[in-house]
Amino acid sequence: MSEKLLDVKNLVVNFKMRSGEVTAIDNVSFSLLKGEKFGLVGESGAGKSVTGFSIIKLISKPGYIKSGEILFKNNDLAKLDYESIRKIRGNRISMIFQDPMMTLNPVLTIGTQMIETLMAHKNISKSEARKIAVEKLKKVHIPSPEKRLEQYPHEFSGGMRQRIIIAISLLTDPELIIADEPTTALDVTIQAEIMELLLQLCDSMGMGLILITHDLAVVSQVTDRMAVMYAGKIIEEGNTLEIIENPKHPYTEGLIAALPESASTKEKLNQIPGNMPGLGKIPEGCSFHPRCTKMMDICLTEVPELKEYKKLHRKISCHLYNEKEQ
Amino acid sequence: MPETPLLEVKGVYKHFDISGGFLDKLSFEKGKPYLNKTYVKAVNNVSFDINTGETFSVVGESGCGKSTLGRSIIGLYKINRGEIHYSGKRIDNLSEKQMLVYRKKMQMVFQDPYASLNPRKNIKSILTAPLKFHFPDLSASEINDKASEVLELVGGDTAWFKRLPHEFSGGQRQRISIARSLIVDPEFIVADEPISALDVSIQAQIINLLIDAQNKKGLTYLFVAHDLSVVEHISDKVMVMYLGTICELADTKTLFSDPKHPYTKALFSAIPKLGKPLAKHIPLEGEVPTPINLPSGCVFHGRCRHANERCKTEVPALIEKDGRKIACHGVEEGRI
Repeated sequence: MSEKLLDVKNLVVNFKMRSGEVTAIDNVSFSLLKGEKFGLVGESGAGKSVTGFSIIKLISKPGYIKSGEILFKNNDLAKLDYESIRKIRGNRISMIFQDPMMTLNPVLTIGTQMIETLMAHKNISKSEARKIAVEKLKKVHIPSPEKRLEQYPHEFSGGMRQRIIIAISLLTDPELIIADEPTTALDVTIQAEIMELLLQLCDSMGMGLILITHDLAVVSQVTDRMAVMYAGKIIEEGNTLEIIENPKHPYTEGLIAALPESASTKEKLNQIPGNMPGLGKIPEGCSFHPRCTKMMDICLTEVPELKEYKKLHRKISCHLYNEKEQ
Repeated sequence: MPETPLLEVKGVYKHFDISGGFLDKLSFEKGKPYLNKTYVKAVNNVSFDINTGETFSVVGESGCGKSTLGRSIIGLYKINRGEIHYSGKRIDNLSEKQMLVYRKKMQMVFQDPYASLNPRKNIKSILTAPLKFHFPDLSASEINDKASEVLELVGGDTAWFKRLPHEFSGGQRQRISIARSLIVDPEFIVADEPISALDVSIQAQIINLLIDAQNKKGLTYLFVAHDLSVVEHISDKVMVMYLGTICELADTKTLFSDPKHPYTKALFSAIPKLGKPLAKHIPLEGEVPTPINLPSGCVFHGRCRHANERCKTEVPALIEKDGRKIACHGVEEGRI
């Protein structure tokens, strides 16, 4: 068995609000092997971005990691202080954010931003840093990279900016990339291009990828394994294609049936009634029970645990499944 | 005699003047001053018909002019050239007062349900405002009945009346804005990306609602969207736009099963498909050119693998071929 790159155990992230403390991430555990591509899927407010951010401790006040471990190569990131986490963040673990218009500094050239990143993490000269920057820009297919280094972000289109951001995240040859909705702000032809590039780079450089997205189609094309999140919890986790083809949790099932691809033209789509509960308003028992079509009495009172079902080949947190399938 | 289409759009152009103030326009050539004007050519020579009861979708990437087209049809923008006919009568040159009759029949649903509802008005006054404006003779109880009726149709209830927009989620707000457009009993609705700001499970609710309303009231939709899987699901006809012009127009089945235009092909090949490996999509070279200086000839020629000399100089006409309307020299000549 290949070694574990990242192992998140019982992560709890709370936010201290004026009205009291709310739990955004409730006991989330998942792990990632070396070079594996993992998808975190869910609707807005499910906690997928907060999970991604807390891996590199990008959670700022009023949020904090209340408990749990984030083992990155057996090193617990959750316990690291500010200075030590900075040596890992942007160096061994990189992050790609959603909006390429917002992530680059508009008053610095691309070159300055790339060289700055390199020199912050590596003990190298400016000319060496420049060489690496050019090489990485070539990797993401930016034509004439030497010239492009002197240009400002506004001189690039959205798709090119996202490619530059990928190049920046690659600068230090990280072992893990966390991509938070990297193509949501882009057009579909550019999305296809960026996803193909990201996939090809991960494979050729042996990097791990955590892809955070709401788009089930994208996740199904890119990742090996995925976890579906709902109201701060993972409710189903397993092989991506197996989940897409045969979802077991009623929420995953509903989500996939709600896609227009799942119904024939002009027919009504399967809809999940209601909305995801807000933080602090999470219902008792199973948090999905008010919207669930298969609700039972036990769901009202008892919180289901995420358990491994060997026969079903995945982890599910739902009372529908019992020991027989384990 | 064939039935007159509900909406006929004939050779419409919409250009936006972005030249700014006097000093911005002023320039000198050979010592002589003259005023320079800059235009964004958002929509160029677009023609199509929509029949009663149809769902007609306009798709394309950001900046292709699909939203401008939708807004021009409803009269939010004055078009520069061309004609728009609604049930056989020309409406693009009408005065505000003459247009009122049509405003009742044509309604719009906007993309962002957070921006399209007045945050300081309660749901009842948001819903009833169009009714009070268009039907000033109605009594208070009639207005009330009508508002409850449309709210029920979209899955809300009268308890919502006294609440303010911020108390609702995105999906609920979009229901309210759909209810607001339905309250005057329109025949035709322009929906500008009505679901792209919403989550998947909520998207399905709104799509079902739109299909329901169409079945119950015989509505005609002009649906502006970029999400192709949604478009494939709900539309009768689909029109693909690129840089302000029509590439291809056909009924949904024909277009999705057998796209012909090189741009349509590239666009469709990029749609991520559930549970299928990352398909070899057709890459497009370069970027979308600016609509200020449109390329000569076919606007797509700079990014097209099949472009030849003719494509660079001659603008392709929208011709009928293989059961569709298409603007491409290559398809016309039979080389694609």
